[in-house]
Amino acid sequence: MSLLTKYETVVGLEVHVELHTKSKIFCGCSTSFGAPPNTHTCPICLGHPGVLPVLNRQAVEYAMKAAMAINCEIAEWCKFDRKNYFYPDSPKAYQISQYDQPIGQNGWIDIEVNGVTKRIGITRLHLEEDAGKLTHIEGGLGSLVDFNRVGTPLLEIVSEPDIRSPEEAKAYLEKLKAIMQYCDVSDVKMEQGSLRCDANISMRPYGQEKFGIRAELKNMNSFRGVQRGLEYEQVRQAEILEDGGTVVQETRRWDEGQGKTFSMRGKEEAHDYRYFPDPDLVRIHIDDEWKARVRASIPELPDARQARYVSQYGLPSYDAGILTASIKVADLFEDSLRYTGDAKASANWIMGELLAYLNANSLELEDVKITGQGLGEMIALIEKGTISTKIAKTVFKAMMESGKSPQQIVEEQGLVQISDEGAILAVVDAVIAANPQSVEDFRNGKDKAIGFLVGQIMKETKGKANPGLVNKLLTDRLKR
Amino acid sequence: MSITVKDVEHVAALARLDLSEQEKEAFTGQLNAILGYADKLNELDTSGIEPTSHVLPLFNVMREDEVRPSLPIEEVLANAPEEEDGQFKVPAVLD
Repeated sequence: MSLLTKYETVVGLEVHVELHTKSKIFCGCSTSFGAPPNTHTCPICLGHPGVLPVLNRQAVEYAMKAAMAINCEIAEWCKFDRKNYFYPDSPKAYQISQYDQPIGQNGWIDIEVNGVTKRIGITRLHLEEDAGKLTHIEGGLGSLVDFNRVGTPLLEIVSEPDIRSPEEAKAYLEKLKAIMQYCDVSDVKMEQGSLRCDANISMRPYGQEKFGIRAELKNMNSFRGVQRGLEYEQVRQAEILEDGGTVVQETRRWDEGQGKTFSMRGKEEAHDYRYFPDPDLVRIHIDDEWKARVRASIPELPDARQARYVSQYGLPSYDAGILTASIKVADLFEDSLRYTGDAKASANWIMGELLAYLNANSLELEDVKITGQGLGEMIALIEKGTISTKIAKTVFKAMMESGKSPQQIVEEQGLVQISDEGAILAVVDAVIAANPQSVEDFRNGKDKAIGFLVGQIMKETKGKANPGLVNKLLTDRLKR
Repeated sequence: MSITVKDVEHVAALARLDLSEQEKEAFTGQLNAILGYADKLNELDTSGIEPTSHVLPLFNVMREDEVRPSLPIEEVLANAPEEEDGQFKVPAVLD
């Protein structure tokens, strides 16, 4: 790692976001994921001769909304161009994209790494169509093409080379994902390919102004993959420079299994896309009225919501950042507050139990059944003394699995806290009688012995005894 | 503006065309003639005139986001030289 103190990392990211319109960008085929191959295709998206693409208005409005949310200037006029290349995933031998007139330009987003806020510039955001999906037959016997994805509306968002570390790259991606999710323009699921990321990375000696020669990284299929790919490439390039060599400008493929990048020689031929305006698609004019209407549809974005959680609920900024990283988690948090006034408790349950559980099991919030109402009501049950915090953990797990209300879980499993002094006292006496040695140890000054006795009492009551009462009654008895 | 054999070879490679030496010579001549003809337009003074990307005076022709039926899979694959499992089969593509 010492080389990295000598060479500075420069990264720019190119992110593709699939818009979740119902139909494709230029035809009426469905965009839903997971259909049998080629069943969502028609003459237009299959690129048959003589067909006429017609632009999906919703795709344009989603693109405008996303561009505004990342602070881009919105073009008054823009157009579509043909990007010409041969590849079996593109049936027309060109992709409809935007070349010199993107919908959005000159935007930015703020990211936070190690408590420091940094602004990352966005060069452009444009609208284009997605390509098909290739699978390779084992043994090099051929490749199979599924065109269902062809024509799915896609945003390409290009950042300025403002990113200086793999951590910043990850923070940028997380923030961009959150903003797209808040705007409700995409499912932003990297594992389903609705969010994809390529990276340009170069290294230069600290103090040098000129950028080094860059490599383009592809095939990073997770945020973690992006970070690891960039970390690998930092060291690879720094070592080349340190040995007096020159980095080759090329496209490299990240191999997740091997944890390495490999040169993609096939992609090295000159990129000569011969862009020209698509004559089948007329220009787009975005007037102030249209802009204002789309702008009004943008909800409170992650940064604003984070700031509000700090000022309104007194949460630490870090916690507020975690809660607002996903709109679904943030919504669950706010839902819970209609049933309890204890925002900090709710935040702690979400971060400590819910998110920890989701992360440990690689799940999404929609994979568990807990609701904000359930969480809020559970916290209210703790406040009322109906259940202890310890029992609440059991209730919480059950809510995640079944989605039942905490009241129902408590009743069904008989988890109501025992706060009846007489009932607890009976158990305390029984435990004392059964463990004379521990009682003796305690009276001889071994304070630890009380822990064992408390444990026995909780065991006898299946964890339901009110812990405060147990401590008080046991101590009283032992001191008598 | 003059097109060389090298330009023709480049464009042919991008279009995946395999041209004979004779064809390369012939197309070089033809392309030069065509471009020479189009060059006449440069005699016009176009300063102060907005570039035109489309000849139609139309804009914002759009459709609503509604799903319409796709083609039956038999028709989708009707022209596929080879198919397998409902997919188009093509020569192996390696990344």
